[in-house]
Amino acid sequence: MGLIGFYLRKLFTVFKGEVLVLPSRVVVLLFFLTLLLLPVFTRDPYLLRILILTSIFAILAASWDLLSGFTGQMNFGHALFFGVSAYTTALLNLHLHLPSWGSIPLGALAAVLAGLIVGIPSLRLKHTYLALTTLAFPIILLGVVYAIPNITGGELGLSGLSRLSGSRVTDYYITTILMLGLCTIMWKITDSNTGIIFHAIREDEVAVRAAGINTTRYKLLAFCLSGFFAGVSGGLYAHFMRIAGPSTLEVSMSFQVVIWAVFGGIVTIYGPVGAVFILVPLLEFFRFWPEGRMLMFAAIILLILLYMPQGLLPWLRDKVEKECPRCKIRNIATRSTCRICAASLD
Amino acid sequence: MLLDIIISTLINGSVYALLAIGFSLIFGVARIVNIAHTAFYMIAAYCIYFITNSLNLHPLLGMLTAIVLVTLIGLISYKFFIDPIREHEAAVLIATIALAMILQEVMLLIFTGDFLSVPSLIKGYMEFFGVRIAFQQLLTIGVALVILAAVWVLLRKTRLGLAIRSTANDREVANLMGMNVAQVAMMTMGVSVALAAFTGAVVVPLTILNPHMWMHPLIMMMAVVVLGGLGSIKGSFVGAYILGMAESLVVFLIPMGSFLKGSVALSIMILVLLIRPEGLFGVAFEEER
Repeated sequence: MGLIGFYLRKLFTVFKGEVLVLPSRVVVLLFFLTLLLLPVFTRDPYLLRILILTSIFAILAASWDLLSGFTGQMNFGHALFFGVSAYTTALLNLHLHLPSWGSIPLGALAAVLAGLIVGIPSLRLKHTYLALTTLAFPIILLGVVYAIPNITGGELGLSGLSRLSGSRVTDYYITTILMLGLCTIMWKITDSNTGIIFHAIREDEVAVRAAGINTTRYKLLAFCLSGFFAGVSGGLYAHFMRIAGPSTLEVSMSFQVVIWAVFGGIVTIYGPVGAVFILVPLLEFFRFWPEGRMLMFAAIILLILLYMPQGLLPWLRDKVEKECPRCKIRNIATRSTCRICAASLD
Repeated sequence: MLLDIIISTLINGSVYALLAIGFSLIFGVARIVNIAHTAFYMIAAYCIYFITNSLNLHPLLGMLTAIVLVTLIGLISYKFFIDPIREHEAAVLIATIALAMILQEVMLLIFTGDFLSVPSLIKGYMEFFGVRIAFQQLLTIGVALVILAAVWVLLRKTRLGLAIRSTANDREVANLMGMNVAQVAMMTMGVSVALAAFTGAVVVPLTILNPHMWMHPLIMMMAVVVLGGLGSIKGSFVGAYILGMAESLVVFLIPMGSFLKGSVALSIMILVLLIRPEGLFGVAFEEER
């Protein structure tokens, strides 16, 4: 009994010392708790539907950040991974009658393959060339989709997939827990040695190569990882909407991902996730004026970027926290001395 | 058939060449990937529609007004939305996407999503080996070639052209040589948007207007720029006609070709890039560090 009490007290001390000291960590904790406990309070199907879609898109936006934010390989064709996975999942489900737990991982593997196919020619290209070339891949595939309507369903897409699960609340828990889990995994990846190499490739690829690191392998790894996570979100989308249509491959889809990620702040993982959770419900909220919905959306993005060009969430984080000049540990902005090394914060 | 293909190659190629040159000018000078470039082309077309159909003025007047107006809109949006965040490349990218979306939505609000058309400047057609060629098509090709020549003269023979080329080549050295780089960027933006507006004015009688008409040219324009080599005017010119021809061939020769035209053109671009990563006429720059 005493031992359990000791561990509980230790846990509480760690919690107080590590989580409660920084507003950003408290916000993340609250975010997790709110998402997980929401169905206890409300089961409004419309609200849950929006949140499910938001979670799916959050995975997509974060996967873009993993590739384009971290390694700097600007990918303008992220819809390719989403669409390939959505179509593969749909085909597997409709023809082989695979249930969703089987078709979604296979769809994600198809997206990894797509990542390799895009990644290999793209390795020779840089910056703007790369961005403009990657834009081409989903459009090529879209043309093929339209040209063989008896396999892909043409403009109507493939519909009639089996449901993700029996009920809306179960759907909600599946997508939310997957989203939280996958985003945490992505964040851990970017925090690991691999993530540091990704950072370095963006900053100075020649220097990384000079340090004896095979940058080609790491760039392909980034394409595959990003393809996998985007593929999971594509499969979830196909099963939740019960349709895989050409809209998953369109240019506007690729642009949408870039908008979410840059709006939230790239090279953060939490930025794109936060941005999706702000922008998608906001777009739903604008339903009161359907014609002007996209106009208001675009105007808000333009105005916010004008004042916070590095993204909304990093800007907010810099307002509430500051970095210790000596030990580089983040502190709440109200403190006058660093919480670790007691150096004065100006 | 052959003549059809040639005419459509020339028209598509000229449009893509005009758009791509404008796009690569502003990219070269200011390093801005201007997604909204073809949106300006779209609003120029709508401007002409409004002036000719609603105000009942002569199309030629409409075209001139449209070019001036769109250039002004382009300069204003550059000054207020893009110039302040020039240092943040990703933010500029999103700003131009948002700008394009705003222009598209405004046009949707004003003109609705209906398909509209503008009467041609000169009516009539001629028969040529049994193929009807409208005079408007010939006029479009002619004017496009004249504009292309004018751009070449502007870039090669004038002081502004020299400034644009040298800034594109090396911004810092151009600055050290006493050029006002910010002003050059502004002027280039003006030239670039004016080119987009010119393109809109030239093709408007041949195309169908709708607020999403900027998407397809945008993709083709980017493909042309990459194929020809970023920042190379000659490359844009050749690349535009290659892709224009690929599109026309696919449309006329392959069943279901109109769905595949974009795919084939873009596949050609990727194949060329696999062999020559810097594009047809691009120069392999030393890595910018």
